[in-house]
Amino acid sequence: MELICPAGTPAAYREAVEAGADAVYCGFRDETNARNFPGLNFTRDELRQAVAYGHARGVQTYVALNTFMRAGHEDTWYRAADDAVAAGADAVILADMALMDYVSSVHSNQRLHVSVQASASNVDAISLLVESFGAKRLVLPRVLTVPEIANLARQVDCELEVFAFGGLCVMAEGRCSLSSYVTGQSPNVQGVCSPASHVHYRDDGPEMVSELGGFTINRFGSDEPAGYPTLCKGRFHIAADDGYAFEDPVSLDVMEHLDALRSAGVTALKIEGRQRGKAYVAQVVSSLRAALEAPREARAEKLAQLRRLSEGQRTTAGAYEKKWR
Amino acid sequence: MPEPSALKITIGPVPYLWSGEKWRDFYYRIAESGHVDAVTLGEVVCSKRDHFTRPFLPQVVERLTQAGKAVAVASLSLVTLEREAVQTRRLATEAGLAEANDLSALRALAGKPHLVGPFVNVYNGATARLLAKRGATRICFGPELSATSIASIIAGAPEIEYEIIAFGRLPLAISARCAHARAKGHTKDNCQFVCGEDPDGLDVDTLDGQPFLTVNGVQTMSRHCQVLLNDLSALARLGVTHLRLSPQHCDMVAVAEIYAAVRDGHVTPEEGIAMLNTVYPDAPYSNGFLHGLAGMEWIAA
Repeated sequence: MELICPAGTPAAYREAVEAGADAVYCGFRDETNARNFPGLNFTRDELRQAVAYGHARGVQTYVALNTFMRAGHEDTWYRAADDAVAAGADAVILADMALMDYVSSVHSNQRLHVSVQASASNVDAISLLVESFGAKRLVLPRVLTVPEIANLARQVDCELEVFAFGGLCVMAEGRCSLSSYVTGQSPNVQGVCSPASHVHYRDDGPEMVSELGGFTINRFGSDEPAGYPTLCKGRFHIAADDGYAFEDPVSLDVMEHLDALRSAGVTALKIEGRQRGKAYVAQVVSSLRAALEAPREARAEKLAQLRRLSEGQRTTAGAYEKKWR
Repeated sequence: MPEPSALKITIGPVPYLWSGEKWRDFYYRIAESGHVDAVTLGEVVCSKRDHFTRPFLPQVVERLTQAGKAVAVASLSLVTLEREAVQTRRLATEAGLAEANDLSALRALAGKPHLVGPFVNVYNGATARLLAKRGATRICFGPELSATSIASIIAGAPEIEYEIIAFGRLPLAISARCAHARAKGHTKDNCQFVCGEDPDGLDVDTLDGQPFLTVNGVQTMSRHCQVLLNDLSALARLGVTHLRLSPQHCDMVAVAEIYAAVRDGHVTPEEGIAMLNTVYPDAPYSNGFLHGLAGMEWIAA
């Protein structure tokens, strides 16, 4: 299986290449991609240089243009697609059907991948995108078990890529307006979720309160580390109890399922984290690369290294295991 | 310039799990309302609920049709299981008019006149045009679009009709995991249909007691009820053709009456809102998304 690694900066891109990525994905420094964070992402020049750097080392570059085109500003997305193609991107990762339509008609030779944000979770949805826009690969939303992925892989006429490590969306990707309900900014349009601009921490006696858009997302005792108030991973009051109503502050780790995903017919494993530092990216990539290449019995030790990267943070296999539901 | 009086009133699918009989009787009452022009119904949230209402669907569709309502059957919004895919395909061949809420339904309905529901991402005019070419005759906007975006989308495909959720809690997210079952100590696979205990959804408050969200099975909805009574003239000017009233656990016939009265200028929006407060006092009202703000905001006229 291919290892697809994130790069939020040119430095992280080079680290990912050195550490053994088969492909690196990145985005432009604007709202055209779903990790539109201050100080992150690539200028046009940086992308051209990164593509060349990767090609010289046999590594592909995928450009994520995976937000939905804001009405009336479609040109921003069309130009970003033109520039990604001109820079030599090996694939563009798209979510908006009209942008897929644009790329498949204007740049018909460009390899098109479907973003997780497109929310294609079944054979007919995937086939629609393959038939209509010539999609070659689809990144699956985190809503399927491993056996369901295997079943899909047998029926679709394109490659499948799945998330293996990093952040975990609790909600079906591309179908979540929770962030914009509270802050006015959404993953689908502005490329942000629970944006830092709306985050506030305050002390309340011995407790630390984290807020998003004026809503309390969590309260932490003095013995607890105060986490970032990602909306769906907060503690709330529901059905007469206080607790993590949607999901604990966990990250995704599907290392237990590597062999199952491989035999399911999954083409590529994706690491989440364009917002992470280059050292983190390098460590995750090299550990995962070593784990993929190690014989099964030696894998546990390699994976233990990887787990230390999410130390202090609990992990889950999420929807890949049926019990998570 | 289209007048607000041209706006049609539709009743959207019941988002919650109600018993089959209650669901049927709800639509029988809707059939008798003179203010409702169209009805879209069917299970959009969770396929496990489908057997509650499925036996009553034919008679409900017949009653509504006989009463002169334009009826459409909505597809499931998150399709992952084989049987859900089969059901979606069947909807496309069997239903008179279907509303697509997933890309799978769009594939099955291609080339045939159909509606597009709020769960298909339509964020720009180019996408509306694409869908219109494939057979969409009406698109119901997803929740987070502003009036500016709506104007631009309609300009992209002005030949079809457009619907907006003008009343009701907004569908904000859907998950493979069931927060509703979890909150009541169950898993999704053995949920015992506990979402049926909450006919208007299950409240989620912050730890500081702020009303925050509503859980409805695998769906997360807004706690606020979207109310666009202040905005009907603006919606008509934008080119919106249909107002969707999304069922809450209240007298929806009265809600339709209030919307019709404001639309037709018989009462002012302020009066309409005051009347609505007596029919559905259970949630704060919001209209922020339309004004380009956080969805939970309320902009007074």
